[in-house]
Amino acid sequence: MSNEIQLSVKDLVKSYEGTSEVLNGVSLDVHKGEVVVILGPSGCGKSTLLRCMNGLEAYQGGSITLNGELVTKDGKNMTALRQKIGMVFQSYDLFPHLTIEENVTLAPIRVQKRSKEEASKEARELLERVGLLDKKDVYPRQLSGGQKQRVAIVRALAMHPEVMLFDEVTAALDPEMVREVLDVMLGLAEQGMTMVIVTHEMNFARAAADRVVFIDQGTIVEEASPDEFFDHPKTDRAARFLKTFTFESKRTKG
Amino acid sequence: MNTAILIEYLPLFAKAAVVTLKISLAGIAVSLLVGLLCSYIQYFRIPVLSQIVQVYIELSRNTPMLVQLFFIYFGLPKIGISWSRETCAVVALVFLGGSYMSEAIRSGLEAVEPVQTESAVSLGMSPFQVMRFVVIPQAMAVSFPAVVANIVFLIKETSVVSAIALADLMYVAKDLIGNDYNTQEALFMLVMFYLIILLPVSILSSVAERRIRYAGFGY
Repeated sequence: MSNEIQLSVKDLVKSYEGTSEVLNGVSLDVHKGEVVVILGPSGCGKSTLLRCMNGLEAYQGGSITLNGELVTKDGKNMTALRQKIGMVFQSYDLFPHLTIEENVTLAPIRVQKRSKEEASKEARELLERVGLLDKKDVYPRQLSGGQKQRVAIVRALAMHPEVMLFDEVTAALDPEMVREVLDVMLGLAEQGMTMVIVTHEMNFARAAADRVVFIDQGTIVEEASPDEFFDHPKTDRAARFLKTFTFESKRTKG
Repeated sequence: MNTAILIEYLPLFAKAAVVTLKISLAGIAVSLLVGLLCSYIQYFRIPVLSQIVQVYIELSRNTPMLVQLFFIYFGLPKIGISWSRETCAVVALVFLGGSYMSEAIRSGLEAVEPVQTESAVSLGMSPFQVMRFVVIPQAMAVSFPAVVANIVFLIKETSVVSAIALADLMYVAKDLIGNDYNTQEALFMLVMFYLIILLPVSILSSVAERRIRYAGFGY
């Protein structure tokens, strides 16, 4: 991780028409090679923040910049900018009419105008890395949830993004498949990919994060290193949130 | 039933079938274009235009084709627009078919999950590329059965054009019955010719539909 700021969010304000504010002045700098994990209760605005970072949602105030370039929903040059920001969604959103390899090569060929040979060579290398090379010619419906999600990560990586955004990518998976997806993400983190991750997997957050950001009601409540955050949360709100993930046995023996 | 009469009628019906086919083909082709245009206007909710399209669709789907045809053939000349019988028949078919095609195509477009568009956008695709490579291929698979059903429906609806004395299959059959009283033979030929035209369309469509599904469309 370097000191260079790659993705910068300043005083971000976002509201949907007719409702209260979803994001209420959020500021966050993500450094090159840093892994930031965003935690928070449902509806706190963490997914919305991620969607704003990719220009999928418009925002009303503040700014988001990638290497100094402004990211907005209808901004100029957004197709070029989005190529530098990979995003993986919660639902398995592979293109069902294309094979796995075609899913991965579609955007490199059509958007980046790379040659078919080069794109599919890289797609195969990436698929190999996540252990799915043998699935390159099948259709998404033939894969399990975890496999689809790994392909979705590969599809985003094939565009050579500078930042990767993960929006609760394991939330819709069976417990046994969560691991294989998280392992891929840990591997990326080790290689120095800049990542912003929204997740409910606390153990993973602790293992992968350089920094944990806790959001509640549209504002950043706490920001700390993972060990600090999980062991000694500074705010009551964060402590209460963490408590919902621990259980005490109700059974008395004997 | 008299076979000699059937053979005598054969060329007359063949000629009429050409008329039916011509009107059908022209009407269906233009209906598809109108349907594409209208469905895109509706899908992207283009202001003003989408309201106009909505009015057109309701008007077209909730009035009988015979009424639409009379309106075009007998009504429009009163305000100075007079077209040939063929043109009137095609225009009437398009007026009816355009709305049905539009609804069939739109339902396909709307069946594609929004997250499909979002993930394509997040890969840096332009709006055009999103439609071309992600939305339309999936939408087509969904729309296909409804579009083919509309094609069959429109070919059958062409029988209405006999009402403005256009010599299609229906008109020839009515004409022969009136002249020769060979009701059985004329009706038999009528049914046979419609079957000859429509059965292959239906069979081809069910084969194509299966192909599309096997090709991995859908979930």
